[in-house]
Amino acid sequence: MKNCMKCMLDWVDARFPLTANWKTHLSEYYAPKNFNFWYYFGSLALLVLVIQIVTGIFLTMHYKPEATLAFSSVEYIMRDVTGGWIIRYMHSTGASMFFVVVYLHMFRGLLYGSHRNPRELIWLFGVGIFLCLMGEAFFGYLLPWGQMSYWGAQVIINLFTSIPFVGPDISEWLRGDYVVSDATLNRFFAFHVIALPLVLLGLVVAHIIALHEVGSNNPDGIEIKAKKDPKTHIPLDGIPFHPYYTVKDIMGTVAFLIVFSAVVFFAPEMGGYFLEANNFIPANPLVTPPHIAPVWYFTPYYSILRAVPPILNSQFPGVVAMGASVVIFAFLPWLDRSPVKSIRYRGPLYKRWLAAFVVSFLVLGYLGTEPSNVWGQFAASMPIIGGADRATVVARFFMAIYFAFFLLMPWYSKSDTTKPVPERVTA
Amino acid sequence: MKNLLLILALLLPTALLANEGVPLEKAPVNLDDQASLQRGAKTFINYCLNCHSASAMRYNRLQDIGLTEAQIKANLLLAGEKVGDTMTVAMRSKDAKAWFGATPPDLSVEARARGADWLYAYMRGFYRDDARPTGWNNKVFDKVGMPHVLYELQATLKPAEYDAVVADLVNYMVYMAEPAKLVRGHLGLIVLLFLGVFFVLARALKKEFWKDIH
Repeated sequence: MKNCMKCMLDWVDARFPLTANWKTHLSEYYAPKNFNFWYYFGSLALLVLVIQIVTGIFLTMHYKPEATLAFSSVEYIMRDVTGGWIIRYMHSTGASMFFVVVYLHMFRGLLYGSHRNPRELIWLFGVGIFLCLMGEAFFGYLLPWGQMSYWGAQVIINLFTSIPFVGPDISEWLRGDYVVSDATLNRFFAFHVIALPLVLLGLVVAHIIALHEVGSNNPDGIEIKAKKDPKTHIPLDGIPFHPYYTVKDIMGTVAFLIVFSAVVFFAPEMGGYFLEANNFIPANPLVTPPHIAPVWYFTPYYSILRAVPPILNSQFPGVVAMGASVVIFAFLPWLDRSPVKSIRYRGPLYKRWLAAFVVSFLVLGYLGTEPSNVWGQFAASMPIIGGADRATVVARFFMAIYFAFFLLMPWYSKSDTTKPVPERVTA
Repeated sequence: MKNLLLILALLLPTALLANEGVPLEKAPVNLDDQASLQRGAKTFINYCLNCHSASAMRYNRLQDIGLTEAQIKANLLLAGEKVGDTMTVAMRSKDAKAWFGATPPDLSVEARARGADWLYAYMRGFYRDDARPTGWNNKVFDKVGMPHVLYELQATLKPAEYDAVVADLVNYMVYMAEPAKLVRGHLGLIVLLFLGVFFVLARALKKEFWKDIH
């Protein structure tokens, strides 16, 4: 029996590098032994991607991408399809959890300098994945065809209208109609279920191939390949990904699934943050909801969009600022001039700026879920800001910090004091 | 880290200021109370279903709340519907719009759109207003097009009894908006229990493998 397995494997290996790939990517891929909590989120992002694809396939079997049927087909899935509500809640929860996991994964990069030389391309592929994910979330959100789906899409597509000269034509081209309609729903369905997932999968493969080429970073931000065993040429601080990190990631996966299931089974709406109440009202082109807010994972950027005042009656500057707030992540490897990678050996400047960035991200995120008059107005007697919405002024302040974190990084990261970096990884 | 905490502490009061709107009274929703759900279903079918549809809800689904198919057929199918039909209305939406100024919305998922507390306040919030074409207005839905359909009940019952009728109705509408709610909690406990055991094993496995890594 064993011989037979062996000869079958030989047969495959003579035709396809199965064993070689297994070794390169798992059993002889040497990862630093000091991964901590923050290193779970890469594999968890892959897990959520699989959950989204599998549940998505089952949803497409019952969902109708047609304006008069879309809303009721979702309710059909929730009631008449066996297990349909679990599939749908897994998909809707998966969408939000994807962003939770990816934000934590990106934050890990900021903590330990995972974007730095020689991992710039991994980071760029990652930014590509993030952009794709935002596209997936945006296109997918139209599909339930509720009021928030409809008006959210209307608002976002209208942003393109503000582009000088060609704007109105571009947004009409995107919608395929003068307003968001059946034509829009149909094409968004196509983008959501095939176009973007293909790109996303390609980018994920590129992200992992690039990672396995240069090897993983670690919480000390030092290169384990610099210190190898002279005989075996294996990094002294490296351990084979399989079995060590496969068993560790199984543990992480189960812990994640506990949180995930708690949401799916006990709070699928997550207090209106994962599924919004207004989206249980069917799309109505004639009734604009009083308050249109994107889902929580877009709210920091949405806040930035609203915070920028119109210039010459055009919203375009806000649109540019919002785009820049996302794309700016791509420049991080070249903005960061610190001689060390990990926050463990950086000085107080970077730590303070990172803390300020996290706070601005959270405050902007919160403000994006609320109408801009949520905190009322400053007294008219105050100089400069008199009469202005308090929340808008606060959003502007934190937007400035958000951008300063990136734009001033070449200076503060370079002039920051650093601690000596160890030769070998620490616990 | 200390800076972060300090900034968060400073921001906390502003976050609390964000509370808005008059709080609604909490609706006494209890999906484990089958008798209440059944009474609510009866009220819904007798009073609401004349104008409002619930097109995602099938009559035979009421077996979820303890009714038999025979009971449903005998008591709740009033106009020759089949037991597997969804709850539709005969009134055409064009007529409805002419009569009430707006087409009465489908109520399948109304409890998820409005919230149980709002429904509870709404059904108890009608008051006389001669300026309105129907003679009725509502405390939580100003200038509402709907007349006070439960007026006779409110006039003949004691306030507490009327509140109980509305509570049953809201309870039913919460169930109808998400029938899976009856089972997802129970299923969720089993899933979490399984994952809890799995986690203990996965952690033991990880520890065993990592024993020799220092």
